[in-house]
Amino acid sequence: MTAFLLKRLAIGAITLLVASIVVFAIMEVLPGDPAVLMLGMNATPEALETLRTQMGLGDPVFLRYLNWVSGMLVGDFGRSYTYSSPVSTLIAERIVVSLPLAIISLLLSTAIAIPVGIFAAARRGRLPDTVSMGTAQIGVAIPNFWFALLLIYVFAVWLRLVPAGGFAGWNAGIWPGIKSLILPAVALAMPQAAILARVTRSAMLEVLGEDYIRTARAKGMPRQVVLWRHALRNAMIPVLTILGLQFSFLLAGTIIIENVFYLPGLGRLVFQAITQRDLIVVEGVVMLLVASVVVVNLIVDILYAVVDPRLRVRT
Amino acid sequence: MTHFKSILVATAIALACSTAAQAARTDLVIGVVLEPPHLDPTAGAAAAIDEIVYANLFEGLTRIGSKGEVLPALAESWEISDDGKVYTFKLHSGVKFHDGADFTADDVKFSLDRARADDSTNAQKTLFAAIDTVEVVDPTTVKVALKTPQGSFLYNMGWGDAVIVDEASAAGNKETPVGTGPFKFQSWAKGSAVTLVKNPDYWGEPVALEKAEFRVVPDAAAAIPALLSGDVQAFANAPVGDALAQIESDPRFKVVIGSTEGETLLSMNNGKEPFDKLEVRQAIAHALNRDEIIVGASNGFGTPIGSHFSPANAAYVDLTGTYPHDVEKAKQLLADAGYPDGFSATIKLPPPPYARLGGEIIASELRQVGINLEIIPVEWADWLSQVFTDKNYDLTIVSHTEPNDIDIYSRPDYYFNYKNPEFNKVIEELNVTADEAKRNELYGQAQKILADDAVAGFLFQLPKVGIWDAKLQGMWENSPIQATDLTGVSWSE
Repeated sequence: MTAFLLKRLAIGAITLLVASIVVFAIMEVLPGDPAVLMLGMNATPEALETLRTQMGLGDPVFLRYLNWVSGMLVGDFGRSYTYSSPVSTLIAERIVVSLPLAIISLLLSTAIAIPVGIFAAARRGRLPDTVSMGTAQIGVAIPNFWFALLLIYVFAVWLRLVPAGGFAGWNAGIWPGIKSLILPAVALAMPQAAILARVTRSAMLEVLGEDYIRTARAKGMPRQVVLWRHALRNAMIPVLTILGLQFSFLLAGTIIIENVFYLPGLGRLVFQAITQRDLIVVEGVVMLLVASVVVVNLIVDILYAVVDPRLRVRT
Repeated sequence: MTHFKSILVATAIALACSTAAQAARTDLVIGVVLEPPHLDPTAGAAAAIDEIVYANLFEGLTRIGSKGEVLPALAESWEISDDGKVYTFKLHSGVKFHDGADFTADDVKFSLDRARADDSTNAQKTLFAAIDTVEVVDPTTVKVALKTPQGSFLYNMGWGDAVIVDEASAAGNKETPVGTGPFKFQSWAKGSAVTLVKNPDYWGEPVALEKAEFRVVPDAAAAIPALLSGDVQAFANAPVGDALAQIESDPRFKVVIGSTEGETLLSMNNGKEPFDKLEVRQAIAHALNRDEIIVGASNGFGTPIGSHFSPANAAYVDLTGTYPHDVEKAKQLLADAGYPDGFSATIKLPPPPYARLGGEIIASELRQVGINLEIIPVEWADWLSQVFTDKNYDLTIVSHTEPNDIDIYSRPDYYFNYKNPEFNKVIEELNVTADEAKRNELYGQAQKILADDAVAGFLFQLPKVGIWDAKLQGMWENSPIQATDLTGVSWSE
């Protein structure tokens, strides 16, 4: 198990290093001068030059890369060009929105999808299966921004139960904070749940066709025990893989939903930063997301080993 | 069924609460499209900064009123020497900054000297270029000596970039702004909202609102539900586009179409072939059908312009008739210029809808006279580097939103690549003229030269689409300056 972990950690570290080089290189070739964006169309050349020097844009590329990477190792992500506050502070402010949102959506989609998937698999080919998988198909097909707008019109504009958008801030209390996250979480969770339900169903069906399940049934084991104890555990591997991918996606890929609900999360931060050429912020957020993917993959790998003891020996 | 009932009851309670809360309202949530990068108006050009802090948080010696007029602010009065070079400002006494520090003549000297210093990053440094010395006479008197007379000096001192700050708090203004205004800064939830509260110690007329929150609502898809749900009660500049009709028919809201200082131009690279030929530029001007462009690019709300000046300004001259829409004339001019079969060119379009939509229409209009445009959509950052800085473009569409910025055509390195000594002479004279009538005449001359030279395709003045709760009073209808002045805003009832 130790060797397994060490190998996984080493792969993670290399991934991060390569990502840092790629991210930095891409940002270098992007056109657009942050100083002009900040000072606007009437700024004098002297004012622009002063600002560029202040932002350290004049240093050689390699030096700037080294400064950036060595800073990140000690938790210093640099200072935002546009906000002029530390990138780490900006990320911290945003992650308290994005992380709860991702967790709520993930819990919601898991809570809906896994029982539905198992239920459908157990009644394969019958009406409940057809109905639930048909619904899931629709869930996959509906664009989530459209679904989000539908939710806004019903629950915010018409019923006025929740705000139409924006984030009350955790300072305002737990409930107002959660309230502003409910609709976005539902909008995010639905397509995820639809995918997860389909994956769960097919993984279950595959396992249910195995010899040992037939043996268990032949021995007269109760149907529910076969389903939940024997089949589910073995069907978890593909489900965990998808869950891991979905979590990374939820953390990073909420740009559209965060824009529809104008939530101050990481997705919006990175979107704004790209349009304003606030490169240092983009680099910081992207590295954080890469790191989160690496960590989530590591956790998923460990969970595989927990679910399936054979994997502990193999790798 | 019981579930449905409980939802109904909850809804009824929620509605009842919201009506009760509206009875004696002193709070306002106002939507803004762009979040400001920081809150210091003396350190950045972003209009989003002034939209929040101008006149609300920070004040200058003078201020710009809702009709574009110069009003006294921290300076209660001023005297101008006969040669127009020395301005003596008499300041209000008993004024305090939000942190309790006293406002005195020293703060004025500090602010003006800081803005024009060598290492200043004030985006509008040219506003202060004429200042020679700033002298403190006594705590409530400041004498500003100019190198040469400057006609627009009092107006310049009313810009957001010229607000007065305190030396002790100046460095922190980006994050926690400290001004002298009727509102003070409370909090800034990054990415979400900036909240201001009433300043109980304000020296002037107190404001009616106790609390004003500027909430960032980025686009139409979000703005409409925000208004309909009551989350946001006003947009000074609503990003609603096509959805406006839906709001207009709702009696809860008031929709006001006002004017801005945004001249929307089909800018041409005057230094590049074939746009360096007057006939070619004239042909393009004749080929444009402004009415069609205004309908398509601004929902029909823009005001046609014939030169680079706001129709709301007293010095405005109507030159929209200089090059009437005339396809035959345009073809003739192209032939005269040596392009009987027309030519091909590119048009780079930045993201705002007026540019992207306007670009499509203009491309089809120019095709009718034989000019084939390749449409290249670009991001703002690309636009600024390719078009604005590198001047690597043929045609582009952009709105110039700074007030009274006709002098940009006299700048040697500006992206228009326009060079006309005659025009420069008019601007030089304007710079040293203080007499109002004479200034208006010179502004007229400048407008005429630009129109005759067809420097750009002058399209329309950008409209300001204001939407607010019908019970809200005192919102500005026009925006002669990029500000959302809340000092006169209150709830009726």
